[in-house]
Amino acid sequence: MLEGVFADPRLWQIVALSLAVSLSAVALATLIAMPLGAAIAVARFPGRQALIVVLNALMGLPPVVVGLFIYLLLSRAGPLGELGLLFTPAAMVIAQTVLVLPIIAALTRQSVEDAWQEYREQLRSLGVDGWRAALTVLWDIRFSLLTAVLAGLGRASAEVGAVMIVGGNIDGVTRVMTTTIALETSKGDLPLALGLGMVLIAVVLALNAAAHLVKEAAQRRHG
Amino acid sequence: MGMIRAFLAALLCVSFAANAQQRFITVASTTSTEQSGLFKHLLPAFESKTGIQVRVVALGTGQALDMGRRGDADVVFVHARPLEEKFVADGYGVQRQGVMYNDFILVGPKSDPAKVAGSKEILEAFTKIRSARAPFASRGDKSGTHFAEVELWKAAGVDIARDKGPWYRETGSGMGPTLNTASGMNAYALTDRGTWLSFKNRGELVVAVEGDRRLFNQYGVILVNPAKHPHVKKEMGRAFIDWLLSREGQDAIAAYKIGGEQLFFPNAGE
Amino acid sequence: MILPLRVAGLSFAAGGRAIIDRVSIDIEAGPSTIILGANGAGKSVLMRLMHGLLQPTAGRVEWSAPAVRRQQAMVFQRPVMLRRSALANVIYALEAAGLRGTGTERAAMQALDEVGLAHVAQRPARVLSGGEQQRLALARAWALHPEVLFLDEPTANLDPGATREIETVIKAFDAAGTKIVMSTHSLGQARRLGDEVIFLHQGRVAERAPVERFFPQPASAEAAAFVKGELPWA
Repeated sequence: MLEGVFADPRLWQIVALSLAVSLSAVALATLIAMPLGAAIAVARFPGRQALIVVLNALMGLPPVVVGLFIYLLLSRAGPLGELGLLFTPAAMVIAQTVLVLPIIAALTRQSVEDAWQEYREQLRSLGVDGWRAALTVLWDIRFSLLTAVLAGLGRASAEVGAVMIVGGNIDGVTRVMTTTIALETSKGDLPLALGLGMVLIAVVLALNAAAHLVKEAAQRRHG
Repeated sequence: MGMIRAFLAALLCVSFAANAQQRFITVASTTSTEQSGLFKHLLPAFESKTGIQVRVVALGTGQALDMGRRGDADVVFVHARPLEEKFVADGYGVQRQGVMYNDFILVGPKSDPAKVAGSKEILEAFTKIRSARAPFASRGDKSGTHFAEVELWKAAGVDIARDKGPWYRETGSGMGPTLNTASGMNAYALTDRGTWLSFKNRGELVVAVEGDRRLFNQYGVILVNPAKHPHVKKEMGRAFIDWLLSREGQDAIAAYKIGGEQLFFPNAGE
Repeated sequence: MILPLRVAGLSFAAGGRAIIDRVSIDIEAGPSTIILGANGAGKSVLMRLMHGLLQPTAGRVEWSAPAVRRQQAMVFQRPVMLRRSALANVIYALEAAGLRGTGTERAAMQALDEVGLAHVAQRPARVLSGGEQQRLALARAWALHPEVLFLDEPTANLDPGATREIETVIKAFDAAGTKIVMSTHSLGQARRLGDEVIFLHQGRVAERAPVERFFPQPASAEAAAFVKGELPWA
């Protein structure tokens, strides 16, 4: 019975959509969060410690709360209703980006801050300060930042609360792995739900393995 | 790294663009209707005929109507007549029209602690369950099913809000999860026949009471009022509603069966 | 010309302790200056104060012209290299100083050549040996042709062979006209590389003299004890 499921093209369409949404969200979040985390690591300003505490706490943002918040923003009755983004994959990407951003920013901040001790004096001696210094360190430690990205990817591909609310779990449009598993569970088809769960875990594992190999190869080339 | 980003951007554009070009309407309906499998059976016929994609967001009846009020749906398709009529009276919907009905059934453990199995009298069954304090799983989620259940308690003379004890479990969730809970707890539960027929985790639950006219569950369809929400796709929404009420749509509804059993009985115009 | 550098009443305290205590010296162009002292005498802190990496708690560090970054460079005890090729590290420093365009790669190769690292230009800087990395740091500092080159115990972590290589490069830079200001606790190194010695003891300048006068017979008691090897860690 389960073999029939794996042969069903609709399953792979759902897997493809899940990957498209989560990878897009992680890419978008990384673009914003990494420079942000690096800047916080390097700069000194009043309230910095409080900001770090808040950023760390935001790693624990409940997905369903983020989903609700984005839903209220994107609803026709809300401020961004005109965009007509609700119940589309774009809305799911937005929600997951918000969810994942603090994770990547907080972990980047920690990594950059740890490395900053080593680089600080030399960079200042060369006259490199502020943004330039933060980005230099960020690029230099890029291999160890992969972990932050994978943490974000793990969170995005595993969550169901946010994508369910802003996506609506519409068959063929916004149905992803996690919402399908939730649906099959609530229909009582537990073996199917479990099988889909295994597929999801296998896909994420494969992504992590691929990332690891890419990192190892690149590290060998660049020291 | 840059190559990967480019690939992702392309993937994004392709999948989202494909969706954006489609002509579609958003229909707010209920989880029980979706989980019965009706839409999977019904919608392809409409889509191939008109080229309009029907995107169903399945929530509880209360949430579906809220979606209509907010303007996040073009059409509302639920089963709680008084709530639907209020929706129209408040100006959020254009007109309510009956489409089909199915029925609720009472399921319960094979051991039947309240001794109600085989009866055709739902009110009597409810009273017996209350007296025996037999475990009962309720959806408790503003859904059409929940609404019907509350009305039945009222009609049976039970003030459920006051009389509920540890025997009465409100799950606050959809029909499927509630049945999961009932199955796990060996409790009675009121469910629509459609969800029951496709439900695979029955455990020791069996049908206890069915056939009472009071268990009749009428579905209505409403176009969200474009006067209140100008962006509503009124032509396409109207096309969908007209199709549901047409001979073709009604026949398609009647043709849907699970294990040879018909789930929904078309009754437009009655 | 940013030299001479005038240091007046310079003090630096941390954790309640005075690490540099009212140091007043003038660093003139020309002779290579060795800052000599035991560990903990304050050499590194003094170098950083002069280079501008630390702010003094009292006193002034005054260059004779508004100092642009590239006119003074510093080589640290532990070289910090970016995760890229040796050549790219030098180019980074040139670009940080505002130099761009076709000339930078050539200038960077030239600097590598000066220190004998042209053959490892494309190798990742981080896989080079300690001595090679320190030579790379020298190339990077020198590529900008600074007026003043600060060196903070540059060979403290290196073996004798690598130390010799570094000293050769420093002598070459000195001969080319760069002002050398170097801290060390090695008497031999001070004698080999220095023209004058500033002896630092517990954050104060105990003595300042040309190398020929200092080493046979230091004038101050602390310096004499140091040279004799009797000074305990400060």
